[in-house]
Amino acid sequence: MSLLRGLLGMELIGISVRPFLDFQERLALLDSALILDVPLGVISRIEKMGGATSRGENSYGLDITCKDMRNLRFALKQEGHSRRDMFEILTRHAFPLAHSLPIFAFLNEEKFNVDGWLVYNPVEEYRRQGLPNHHWRITFINKCYELCDTYPSLLVVPYRASDEDLRRVATFRSRNRIPVLSWIHPENKTVIVRCSQPLVGMSGKRNKDDEKYLDVIRETNRQISKLTIYDARPNVNAVANKATGGGYESDDAYHNAELFFLDIHNIHVMRESLKKVKDIVYPNVEESHWLSSLESTHWLEHIKLVLTGAIQVADKVSSGKSSVLVHCSDGWDRTAQLTSLAMLMLDSFYRSIEGFEILVQKEWISFGHKFASRIGHGDKNHADADRSPIFLQFIDCVWQMSKQFPTAFEFNEQFLITILDHLYSCRFGTFLYNCESARERQKVTERTVSLWSLINSNKDKFKNPFYTKEINRVLYPVASMRHLELWVNYYIRWNPRIKQQQPNPVEQRYLELLALRDEYIKRLEELQLANSAKLSDPSTSPSSPSQMMPHVQTHF
Amino acid sequence: MGQRAEWVGPAGLGGASGVSGGAGCGRCRGRRCPGDGRSPSRQCWWPLPLPEPEWPPLLPRVAASQGGGMLGKGVVGGGGGTKAPKPSFVSYVRPEEIHTNEKEVTEKEVTLHLLPGEQLLCEASTVLKYVQEDSCQRGIYGKLVCTDFKIAFLGDDESALDNDETQFKNKVIGENDITLHCVDQIYGVFDEKKKTLFGQLKKYPEKLIIHCKDLRVFHFCLRYTKEEEVKRIVSGIIHHTQAPKLLKRLFLFSYAAAARNSTATDPKNHTVMFETLQDWCWELERTKGNMKYKAVRVNEGYRVSERLPEYFVVPTPLPEEDVPRFQGHGIPMWCWSCHNGCALLKMSALPKEQDDAVLQVQKSFLDGVYKTIHRPPYEIVKTEDLSSSFLSLQDIQTAHSKFKQLFLIDNSTEFWDTDIKWFSLLESSSWLDIIRRCLKKAIEITECLEAQNMNVLLLEENASDLCCLISSLVQVMMDPHCRTRVGFQSLVQKEWIMGGHCFLDRCNHLRQSDKEEVPVFLLFLDCVWQLVHQHPPAFEFTETYLTVLSDSLYIPIFSTFFFNSPHQKDTNMHQRQLSLPLTQSKSSPKRGFFREETDHLIKNLLGKRISKLINSSDELQDNFREFYDSWHSKPTDYHGLLLPHIEGPEIKVWAQRYLRWIPEAQILGGGRVATMSKLLEMMEEVQSLQEKIDERHHGQVALQAEASSLLRASARLSSLFPFALLQRHSSKPVLPTSGWKALGDEEDLARREDESVDVGDL
Repeated sequence: MSLLRGLLGMELIGISVRPFLDFQERLALLDSALILDVPLGVISRIEKMGGATSRGENSYGLDITCKDMRNLRFALKQEGHSRRDMFEILTRHAFPLAHSLPIFAFLNEEKFNVDGWLVYNPVEEYRRQGLPNHHWRITFINKCYELCDTYPSLLVVPYRASDEDLRRVATFRSRNRIPVLSWIHPENKTVIVRCSQPLVGMSGKRNKDDEKYLDVIRETNRQISKLTIYDARPNVNAVANKATGGGYESDDAYHNAELFFLDIHNIHVMRESLKKVKDIVYPNVEESHWLSSLESTHWLEHIKLVLTGAIQVADKVSSGKSSVLVHCSDGWDRTAQLTSLAMLMLDSFYRSIEGFEILVQKEWISFGHKFASRIGHGDKNHADADRSPIFLQFIDCVWQMSKQFPTAFEFNEQFLITILDHLYSCRFGTFLYNCESARERQKVTERTVSLWSLINSNKDKFKNPFYTKEINRVLYPVASMRHLELWVNYYIRWNPRIKQQQPNPVEQRYLELLALRDEYIKRLEELQLANSAKLSDPSTSPSSPSQMMPHVQTHF
Repeated sequence: MGQRAEWVGPAGLGGASGVSGGAGCGRCRGRRCPGDGRSPSRQCWWPLPLPEPEWPPLLPRVAASQGGGMLGKGVVGGGGGTKAPKPSFVSYVRPEEIHTNEKEVTEKEVTLHLLPGEQLLCEASTVLKYVQEDSCQRGIYGKLVCTDFKIAFLGDDESALDNDETQFKNKVIGENDITLHCVDQIYGVFDEKKKTLFGQLKKYPEKLIIHCKDLRVFHFCLRYTKEEEVKRIVSGIIHHTQAPKLLKRLFLFSYAAAARNSTATDPKNHTVMFETLQDWCWELERTKGNMKYKAVRVNEGYRVSERLPEYFVVPTPLPEEDVPRFQGHGIPMWCWSCHNGCALLKMSALPKEQDDAVLQVQKSFLDGVYKTIHRPPYEIVKTEDLSSSFLSLQDIQTAHSKFKQLFLIDNSTEFWDTDIKWFSLLESSSWLDIIRRCLKKAIEITECLEAQNMNVLLLEENASDLCCLISSLVQVMMDPHCRTRVGFQSLVQKEWIMGGHCFLDRCNHLRQSDKEEVPVFLLFLDCVWQLVHQHPPAFEFTETYLTVLSDSLYIPIFSTFFFNSPHQKDTNMHQRQLSLPLTQSKSSPKRGFFREETDHLIKNLLGKRISKLINSSDELQDNFREFYDSWHSKPTDYHGLLLPHIEGPEIKVWAQRYLRWIPEAQILGGGRVATMSKLLEMMEEVQSLQEKIDERHHGQVALQAEASSLLRASARLSSLFPFALLQRHSSKPVLPTSGWKALGDEEDLARREDESVDVGDL
């Protein structure tokens, strides 16, 4: 392959490097001074820059836009037409779908000693929640995805609703995504139920079955209060949706329900917002007007709204006031954000490493968040309007929570970053395809490796040493701009000026103390043994312990 | 020498961490804190934190719900809905509720604790203090008093703290105490209108709002107080906090007369006060500056100048006779020497003159002085004129007054209304940008000293504001000793106290001129906080130390921050101690910091020479960038040179100081304190193990170790800990009540459907 000069960001790293595609389908540059490792799945767009007539340094080469906020530029030598080969090879492997090639996850032959596909077993997870019970049953009505092709095969529904009821409700919910249980409060038995919007339309259609079904849900806990419906959308959008057949639950039709709008914007707004974030951190970080630039991206404002919505859901359920039904339009973007974040606030189990994997697997992957469309795995159409950083936004919310509650999560920042890296990398099958039925057709679990295999076989790397396990503690983050921060270690990690403190010095110190404690405990045990031996031989004098041990010193 | 102990005050708190380290006492658990708790002992403000097992049971209280319908349709996030009911100060407590409460109060009378020498001036009973709780306000009934030291509210809420909690309390200033110097603004509410109160009042308010310099906000309702008492307390408070004061009326004099201090300090571990020639010699020796610099006694007894300390350090070749020529102006004073022998110097400008002949004299004088410090190729000096090419004091004043308003929040509605535009509000205050500029300047100077082997001479009109700030910042970054507690205090003593920073004027302690009030020292602490926040292991102290230190600026018990110069302090403290008749000190005449004249004398005089030395600004930027980037690309040596990150996202709000009293901003069971207390817990465990091993070695029976209980309840500490202990913690989440801002050019996107597919076909 040709000799290139690598440009990282806009800056010239004046050295020769050799890009190559290795067996893992990564674009790697081999050079002692520069390590660049880009899984091809991360590439969003490849462009040629400059032409045969280009003059001047670095004006001729390749420009690669990545999905993870990076831009790479390679300046090439014009002679030898090396660029054309390079461009073709890269394009073919970065966008396999357009070239009838398999996604890399199907070629990956990595072996791990843990099988991540076994992490999530819906029956077990529902059993952990105490389901089925007197009011809720597990149904296999969607076993072959004939009720709803974007839902999982196993669903939890009210005991009093028959399968026939479910089928009738399905006709009134967008894409047949009927209200089903996500989480049940272990004590007060209120529930979080998720679904899509009702098909009310311009004429304001009603559906008795749907109305009755919601009432059945309301009655599953003995409270006589109303059912709370959180529509994630802004009010105007919900109204506008009537024009395309959608809508929301009106007061007239649903007497026993109270509806609130949470004002979270759609996928297009989020995509544009993230684009703006990239503009202020790349190639240079805005300096003097950092704060107003940050504000103008609205990114943290969106985060605030998502968190606020989730806090409301969690609070409603936790206080035992009423059960909650959450939907947006289709119930696979904002709805997934809200239910999973509320569950994270309510249920400490999801704050462990495996618990979080189960949460993602359940609320996002099995309930049909359209990962393939939102991320565009292996797809060359970088401007596709279906792409949107909804899952990234969720992970950002989790990060904000972990920042506010540094001892409440078993996992660390690296865990979240790793999930995001492999959201794009195509190395694992975890995030491929839009729904469970598609994954089943492609036999993803048989033919690919799960991301959780990588993580769970390496758990120590992803553990937060400060984690304190607390059962039944509800976490309410403060959804105020005073506490929300841009996730510098993720969004600006490629900027050489923003140095990440890895590992975090406070964490480092804590780990040292932990090691010291273990050493002392060991020594104490030894001494105990020695002391009992010494009773028979008092002549041996002990040496000063302070000479043997380092002093405990910690500065803060 | 009696003043040696002064520093123990603010310093004795040891940071809420109580973590020892650095110089020596790694084994001392710091728990041997004397002081009987109540007495304002100079030993200790805060003993080491001990855990409290449970929050105390909530006392019966008067509650008035407000904003109950907060979750109303379309309210949250405000998609065009109505606003949440505005919590105002009208709908608080019904009189019948007060009655029930009154009995209770008479049962548990809270006594006023007076410091030695403190006198009660006036009081008013049946005052309600408002407390924000779960987006309602409740009132606590009690007595409002004003002494010659503080305003205090005596309610039953403080007794709600159990003993364990009070372990963390500030020993001098309770949460319901406001020292007179800590009062910033006083407002009265008349018919629901808020007005600033000052001078003589014709009408007395039904409500008193006090904004404090430590950013607490108090609301007192006087509606149920007897008219006579209202008049007395309101005019008393206004008079004692707002009216100009005489220096001799400072509380610290009454206190010093009444409380004999008998503190013995460990000579090895004390703050260097720089009051003796020996102290300066030690510092010269410590930094190996004694080859080129000498300590002089030319100002002994303040013969030369009352602005200068009695002892200071100048370049060895400088003739001592030069010092008195312009009362110490135009003399390069040594601050600190770098390991490579380069020194940081400061110099106050010569008096402004119009007369050509005098100017000529000044010029030749400066030329002579200059030759002693600039002798290429051995000694090269770079001059930094801080009064012309850097921040102005007015910039700092304006920025801070805008900035502090962001935290002086009256109610929940105000909090959430400002939350949406938080970042632009922050930016428009410029406070963070000023911090960035100070840090950047300090890095530039560090680069000259460290990388270019140049001496740096800081220049300012009186060399007592920005000179103090920049020179001490450079030392914190370059000299690890300054990052220990004792080292840091010695640094403040050297650069700020002996450097003649006018604390009295800059803090406006005597309320004589608002124009002179500029929080330069606070700006310095905020810059240091940025460093502590970015590199916690490089410091022996925590952010809590800095926060409490900042509070002590307004506590007139410790004389440290209550004088304009060492001379002023010496004359006043001395006279007082000898019980001589008090005369008002004829101290420093007012020095306006707003430059009226366009005088660039120094620049003119030194200009030609300097131009050769000062690099073109581009080149300067390149040097700076290279130095900065290369340092940050290497692993950090916490015992060596320390540079801050100064990129936009890295300069942050000192949340502990600024957000600590705001209930909406508290994270229950979270915040940095959560990890910090885990760390402490682990340290305690390790130390107790260490002791056990010790005991084993000595064949003793292990004592019962109770240490492990320390901070066991850490998970439930609030992020505001150890401040705002009086705030009751509820398990309810705080929900934003503010609306969404318009998206502007994205409105069309916002109206789009998520998916392009039509769903209406069913």
